[in-house]
Amino acid sequence: MRRLTLRTVALGYLALILLGPLSIVFWRAFEKGFGPAWSAVTNPEAMHAFKLTLEITAIAVPANTIFGVLCALLIVRHPFPGKGLLNALVDLPLALSPIVVGFALFLLYGRTGWFGSWLSAHGIHVLFAMPSMILATAFVSIPFVVREVVPVLREIGTDQEQAAETLGASQWQVFRRVTFPAIRWAVAYGVVLTTARSLGEYGAVSVVSGRLAGQTETATLYVSDRYENFDIVGAYAASVVLALMAIAVLITMNLLRPKEGVH
Amino acid sequence: MRRVSPFGGLTLGVVVTYLSLVVALPLTALIWQSTKGGKTGFWESLTSPEAIAALKLTLGASLVVALINAITGTIIAWVLVRDEFPGKGVVNALIDLPFALPTIVAGLTMLALYGPRSPVGIDVAYTRTAIVLALLFVTLPFVVRTVQPVLQELDRELEEAAESLGASNWQTFSRVVFPNLLPGILSGVALAFAKAIGEFGSIVIITGNIPFKTEVSSVYIFGQIESGNTSGAAAASVVLLTISFGVLLLIGALRRWATRHHA
Amino acid sequence: MRHLTRPLILLATALLVAIPTIAASAASKSAKLTLVAYSTPKTSYDQIIPAFEATRAGSGVTFGTSYGASGTQAAAVIAGLQADVVNLSLVPDMTTLVKAGIVNETWHSIAHTNKGIVTHSIVVFAVRPGNPKHLKSWNDLLKPGVDVITPNPFTSGGARWNVMAAYGAWRKAGATHKQAVAKLTTLFQHVSVQDASARNALQTFLSGKGDVLLGYENEAYAAKKAGQSIQYLSPRSTILIENPVAVTESTAYPQQADAFIKFLFTPKAQALFADNGYRPVLPNVFKKYTKVFPTKGLKIFQITDRLLGGWAKVQPQFFNPKTGIMAKIEAKVGGVSG
Repeated sequence: MRRLTLRTVALGYLALILLGPLSIVFWRAFEKGFGPAWSAVTNPEAMHAFKLTLEITAIAVPANTIFGVLCALLIVRHPFPGKGLLNALVDLPLALSPIVVGFALFLLYGRTGWFGSWLSAHGIHVLFAMPSMILATAFVSIPFVVREVVPVLREIGTDQEQAAETLGASQWQVFRRVTFPAIRWAVAYGVVLTTARSLGEYGAVSVVSGRLAGQTETATLYVSDRYENFDIVGAYAASVVLALMAIAVLITMNLLRPKEGVH
Repeated sequence: MRRVSPFGGLTLGVVVTYLSLVVALPLTALIWQSTKGGKTGFWESLTSPEAIAALKLTLGASLVVALINAITGTIIAWVLVRDEFPGKGVVNALIDLPFALPTIVAGLTMLALYGPRSPVGIDVAYTRTAIVLALLFVTLPFVVRTVQPVLQELDRELEEAAESLGASNWQTFSRVVFPNLLPGILSGVALAFAKAIGEFGSIVIITGNIPFKTEVSSVYIFGQIESGNTSGAAAASVVLLTISFGVLLLIGALRRWATRHHA
Repeated sequence: MRHLTRPLILLATALLVAIPTIAASAASKSAKLTLVAYSTPKTSYDQIIPAFEATRAGSGVTFGTSYGASGTQAAAVIAGLQADVVNLSLVPDMTTLVKAGIVNETWHSIAHTNKGIVTHSIVVFAVRPGNPKHLKSWNDLLKPGVDVITPNPFTSGGARWNVMAAYGAWRKAGATHKQAVAKLTTLFQHVSVQDASARNALQTFLSGKGDVLLGYENEAYAAKKAGQSIQYLSPRSTILIENPVAVTESTAYPQQADAFIKFLFTPKAQALFADNGYRPVLPNVFKKYTKVFPTKGLKIFQITDRLLGGWAKVQPQFFNPKTGIMAKIEAKVGGVSG
């Protein structure tokens, strides 16, 4: 009886908060049929935008994953003074408004910024080019892998690792043979979240990209551009593609994962 | 205290470098910019009535959202772990959708769903309710995902033992289950709060942005940047960051206390 | 899977440096002009740029474009966005570029360029089809129950034109400065949503909120042309919106950039602007569009009008974020004293 009430509450809440927005996105995208939605996402500008988004994601996600695993190891296995601060610092990007992220990057790499003049003197373009867009995307998606791996690392404890070490395994072998297999699924899930966040990043990238049509326009910027030009179908169709990309990553991971309770 | 091995040293080096480049540098630039107006400038920016009104609204809304999530997130996690029903896998996957959807799309769907042309007849756009609804959407995954793994690992034996000893359902929950869930709930709440404070993309479309009434801090900061008051924008951002940092540190400490207390 | 971590880090770092460097060195040799503009003239430039490329002066020239909110675009250019030609929403935004050394202070004195103002528009009322609340004059907006949509004057150039249009219209009708400010306060008490930009405000109105949207005539024109359910009319007294354009100091192709600017002031380009809802600045082109842009009974005043005093006076007087008149009005309307 209590089970049913809880289930109703949970599903009802989810329907209200989650299903609504989801159905609107799909409904509006296909309101005028499949054709207009298809052409909205396969025209050259859209294709370039998706390509750019994927490129940025392809760099930001691996970088954050490597960092995430190392950082988790550091936090859990190598205690050092200031660990709590590091922990909080890693989560901080969540709290920063994306506009401010872009603005902070202006302060660093802008024409009159800290590194701006040195960089432009050497012909290196950070702002309004890929590097700043990658930096912005990496910034906002940094916490996820760390957050997923830390609890699992804590949970599994060091017994197995210590045993391996006493048997003569090197640091790398311990990591590769003992630690990593145990955290594998936490890392995978963190990668899924990082990917989703990177695909969907809008605020910070819109500030640092300079919105150069056909050059620095990502998929999310394309969505807002379509909306601003009264192309509702186009905006939602592109959003559907973005949502599907993230869901595909999620489903792939869920399929590869062994059933609950099996390690 | 384990000796810091070469692996540990390299790890530390990489983590610090990456974190500095991606996170710490921009934050430092931000803090520096906020001091540009001098001490009086900084204080003025913080105490301007509009900034304070925006901060009150932001903190209030974020707190409400974090608390709602504490309850609904736990219930949803419970249902997903302990209950069985057809389609549970799909529901589980959909929880992460708010990450996958670009914030701007979330905002557009909020407007379509809860605005003047709402298909379900709910018109709360441009009110504070709209802000809360949008924030509930973007923070949905946090508590659910931090509580789920804990629930899964939770020793059923403890619960069964308590029940066989004659404890009521409520007693089992409050004395055995809840204390073990608390660290997980706290982590999720902290993350949800941090996310809510900085949220911009989904809110900017659905709020009225009326200064002093329905303007949140992230939009206020955006306005300051747009009107050229960059040090004021930086100061307000630094305040938000400090609050988030404080909350994250506090929750981290609470977690460690709760874990030690009930392990 | 051995020792993957270190090489991966090195690879990522190398990529981060290599990609932009390679891209930069592969820059093309023919003239490429980058146009950075505010959001509204996009549809106009989509037609004007190909027309320019078809002329002798424009043959072989390629274009990169960027459109966004006027203030944001100005900030981006100041932060280093490479631009050859800049077209912004209002003169104060151009002035920030002059102050930053991006645009020469003589930008408005180049011959045959109408003092640097490339397009005109006016502030209009956009209403629901049929104008159910019969909103025709500025005073109509102050009637009880009227819901007004305008962007936030501190983030949107368009909103500043709206404020000055309202204020100016009341002053021209005989109100004193104090009375006009009081009416402005009442007006903002009727405002239920203040979006960050003019475009957002238009979206808000189109989503069904509000009885009237204050904004650019050309925006309302564009929306109507795109089939949106909107109608617009001009109040009898309204302000002339002037959008500035200039060549930057840092352009690598000054000859072509100058040629492009000059082209914008030819009848052909002005006609293309007019087709997209802008009022042409050339009188003989404007004559051909009187059906689209009625002038009968319309009293259009400028920001330089005696009663207003020009942007140099008005910008700090009204829009200083701390001491400006609008800052005080927002505080009052928001229920905060002082």
